[in-house]
Amino acid sequence: MCNPSAMQKRTLLSGQKLQITIKRLCHQLIENHIDFNNTVLIGIQPRGTFFADRVHQELSDILKTDTIKKGHLDITFFRDDFRRKDGLVTASSNTIDFIIEGKQVILIDDVLWTGRTIRAAMDALLAYGRPESVELMALIDRRFSRHLPIEANYIGLQVDSVDSQKVKVSWKENEGEDKVILLTDKQ
Amino acid sequence: MAADKLSTRHLLGIKDINLNDIELIFETADNFKEVINRPIKKVPSLRDITIANIFFENSTRTKLSFELAEKRLSADVVNFAASSSSVSKGETLIDTVNNILAMKVDMVVMRHPYAGAGQFLSRHINAQIVNAGDGAHEHPTQALLDAFSIREKLGDVAGKKVVIVGDILHSRVAISNILCLQKLGAEVMVCGPTTLIPKHIGALGVKVEHDLIKALNWCDVANMLRIQLERMDIKYFPTGREYSMMYGLNKQILDNLNKEIVVMHPGPINRGVEITSDVADSKQSIILNQVENGVAVRMAVLYLLASQNDK
Repeated sequence: MCNPSAMQKRTLLSGQKLQITIKRLCHQLIENHIDFNNTVLIGIQPRGTFFADRVHQELSDILKTDTIKKGHLDITFFRDDFRRKDGLVTASSNTIDFIIEGKQVILIDDVLWTGRTIRAAMDALLAYGRPESVELMALIDRRFSRHLPIEANYIGLQVDSVDSQKVKVSWKENEGEDKVILLTDKQ
Repeated sequence: MAADKLSTRHLLGIKDINLNDIELIFETADNFKEVINRPIKKVPSLRDITIANIFFENSTRTKLSFELAEKRLSADVVNFAASSSSVSKGETLIDTVNNILAMKVDMVVMRHPYAGAGQFLSRHINAQIVNAGDGAHEHPTQALLDAFSIREKLGDVAGKKVVIVGDILHSRVAISNILCLQKLGAEVMVCGPTTLIPKHIGALGVKVEHDLIKALNWCDVANMLRIQLERMDIKYFPTGREYSMMYGLNKQILDNLNKEIVVMHPGPINRGVEITSDVADSKQSIILNQVENGVAVRMAVLYLLASQNDK
């Protein structure tokens, strides 16, 4: 586990710039999904849900509607590293109170890195039915670090990073500030 | 929030686990309860694990419940019933289990008529053991699912008053329930004829009452136990009819209490003996919720034990 105090920090996104990025992503979504009649937003637990909530809020404001469906999906039991790494990942709740069958799903996560979380999320999603299509939105895309052939359809910011670095996304709701930082080991 | 791993490698009894373990099991079971109510009730977590269900004693609910839990976690399952096996040809417990383990089994769920069988096995073999009932000793997953059901129905277990009625002397459910409920902060009373209450049960810190009505008026939850005739070598009460008149719960008694209580039963029910049909099927009964929760709690136990298998 890396110790944030022993690491060099570089801010990638913050404040207004982050807000503009979210607005831009929402307009890209509207371009493809127009009125969100058959489209649902699914935030991946635990940290993708903050981003999904923000996107949902922004979309509702832009389209002046409160009918856009949003859910939170937990992938703990679908992970491929169970019994292969130390410690247990505690499960979070699933809050999907609508049917996925035949829907266009936008999976939303804060950071896309190896792609393993998204692989697990696609498996977990199928327990709720067969979606018409699945797209992926990521606030930060750590490109060139994929373990699986997975790419995002909507990207906030692309970052070139190495494995030892860490991208941390904080939200006002839980950490008091909207900020994305890149942490690099000083050694 | 509970710690993120169990303090034990096996689940042999409630005696060996702590409050943190119980809370972690409950939190995980909450998630699994949601999973088993989905259209697709399966998750792939244990897809590389093989579990042997070894039952040296008859069981319907527990065996089905464990098997369903294992299958919903995508484990490979082998079932073994002593009555149709080489045990009847004179094979010892260790030989039987070692032969099963030689087939690369990771976990053993065992029910055995002798107290301590799980403990004994855990000292001699490498696989993880889950005790599904050992003689009149412990039945930890039943106690966990009972407490989980109380928590679900009443919001919390701490501070609640629970009476266990019936054959306490021969009951592994009673012992595990007492230990589990006390760890969670509930007050426990046992109620039954003097012959069916162990002499020194007070040492466990439980109240003892021989009057059913008094016990029911005291409690928030009544857990009705079956008379275990198969473990009785002598007569402990004159007739089944008399037992039923003194310690059987019927609708009239339930309706005349000074408050509404929750009725539980670990099964199998002997309708008309310890509990009448109208009580078992009443709104106050959570017997079928217990069965549903049994699968979720057992999934949680297996999942949490499996997560530490490699250490």
